[in-house]
Amino acid sequence: MRNPQLDKNGELQHLLTLDGLPRDILTTILDTASPFTEVAEREVKKLPLLRGKSIFNLFFENSTRTRTTFEIAAKRLSADVVNLNVSTSSTAKGETLLDTVDNLCAMQADMFVVRHAASGAPFLITEHLFANGRNDIHVINAGDGRHAHPTQGLLDMYTIRHFKEDFTRLTVAIIGDVLHSRVARSQISALTTLGVPEVRVIGPKTLLPTDVEKMGVRVFHDMKAGLKDVDVVMMLRLQNERMNGALLPTAQEFYKMWGLTAEKLALAKPDAIVMHPGPMNRGVEIDSAVADGAQAVILPQVTFGIAVRMAVMSMLAS
Amino acid sequence: MNIPDAETLCTTLVEQMRPHVSPRTVLVGIHTGGVWLAERLQQALGLEQPPGSIDISFYRDDFGSRGLQGKPKRTDIRFTMEGAEIVIVDDVLYTGRTTRAALNELFDFGRPARVDLAVLVDRGGRELPIAARYCAHTLPQPLPASQILELRKDEAGTLTLRLIDA
Repeated sequence: MRNPQLDKNGELQHLLTLDGLPRDILTTILDTASPFTEVAEREVKKLPLLRGKSIFNLFFENSTRTRTTFEIAAKRLSADVVNLNVSTSSTAKGETLLDTVDNLCAMQADMFVVRHAASGAPFLITEHLFANGRNDIHVINAGDGRHAHPTQGLLDMYTIRHFKEDFTRLTVAIIGDVLHSRVARSQISALTTLGVPEVRVIGPKTLLPTDVEKMGVRVFHDMKAGLKDVDVVMMLRLQNERMNGALLPTAQEFYKMWGLTAEKLALAKPDAIVMHPGPMNRGVEIDSAVADGAQAVILPQVTFGIAVRMAVMSMLAS
Repeated sequence: MNIPDAETLCTTLVEQMRPHVSPRTVLVGIHTGGVWLAERLQQALGLEQPPGSIDISFYRDDFGSRGLQGKPKRTDIRFTMEGAEIVIVDDVLYTGRTTRAALNELFDFGRPARVDLAVLVDRGGRELPIAARYCAHTLPQPLPASQILELRKDEAGTLTLRLIDA
C-alpha cells in the first residue's frame, strides 16, 4: 500500500503519524530542529524559509498550546498563518470537512495543520488531496482522536535526546491514561523506532489498551515497580473529557495510586527527567512539587516544540 | 588548471588583512570551509573575539526550488551585532548568492557598523553585485559551472583546495 506520508522518492510529504516512519526520517527531523532552537535567541526571531506560503491551522478541537506553538513556528519561518476556529465557523453551519478543505485550497493554501476529535481525519484530508492531484499541499496532524499526535511525540524525543543523548541506553516509563492518549501512541512508536531498549507503560487496567503489549512495551500495574531505575518519566494527562462510564473511581483515588509524587519519583534513577505533554492536572497525575521540581523538563518541552514544528514545516515545504 | 596551495593562500590572506583589522574586528565564518578559515585567521591575526559561524541554509534563495540541502548546522553568534565590525569569511567566492544570504542572516542579529568579505579564492561567475575586500587569489579564467572548487581539512588541520566535478 502507498504510504500516504511519503512521496515517491521516500521524502516526507505529510506528517500524520510516527507509526511506520523510518528511523532516519525521525533522526533527520530531530537534527533539523536543532539549529532552529537558536533562532529564539536572535533580535529578529524570523527566518525567510516559508515566505509567501499560507498555512491554515484547522482546529476542530480546542487547543491552546499546540495551536499557539504551531502558529509561532510558522510565523518564525515567515509564513502567513490563518487560524480557523472551526467549531464556530462553517462546520457549525453544516459544511463537511472536505468542503472546508476544498474552499481553503481555492484560497491557495500551502499547508494544513489539522486537529480533529475523530481518529483519521487528517488522513482523510491527504487522501482527498491525493485524489484531486494536489501533491503541492501538505498536511500535519496536530492530534486526531486517540490515534496520533506526531509533533508532540517528536518534541518529546527531541527533549529526551537533549537531556539524555543516547536513546539506546534508556529505560522510559509512560504513566497514566494510555487508553485515551494519542500522545502515548506517538511516544511509543518513536521510542521503539529510535531504539530505546525498554519502554514501560504504567497504569490501571481500565486505562491501558488491551493489546498494548503488541506495541513492544512492558506493562506494569504497580507504579513503584514500574518506576524502578527508569531514566525518563513521561506523565500523561488524565483525559476526563474523553471518559464515559466507570473507568476510574475519583481524581483523589487516581492521584493516590498513579499520581507522580517526590516519594515515587525517588525510585527512578537520581538523574531521571520528568516530562508532561500538558495541560497538567496538578494533584491528579502529578504533584505540584514534582511539576515545578529540579527534575521536571516540562517547560523546555514547550520551547523545543517550536523548533521541532519549524523543522517539520520546512521539511514538508522542501 | 593549476589549483593553488591553500596554506600559501591562507598566509597571503592574513597579510592582506593585517593592516586593516582592529582589536574590535570580529570574523564570521560560513559553514563549513569558512569556519575553518576564520579560526585560522583569528589566531594568525591575534583577534580577541573568537569567530562566529553561520549556516546559510535557512536563507538560501533557492529553498523554494531545492528545499533544505543536507543537515543544517547551528549558527553561532555570541557577540553583540549592533555596531560590530565584521569580516565574513568564506573559502570560495562564486555567484555571490551565499554572501547575500550571509548578509541577510547577519542583519537579523542587529545592525553591524561595517561588514567586509574575505575569501581564499575568487572563482568568477558572479551573479550579484558582490566583491571581496580581501581575496588571496583570483582565478585567471572563471571555472565552468560543472566544476566545484572546495576546501578540505585533513586530520592534522592542513587545508587543501580540490577541484571536483559537480
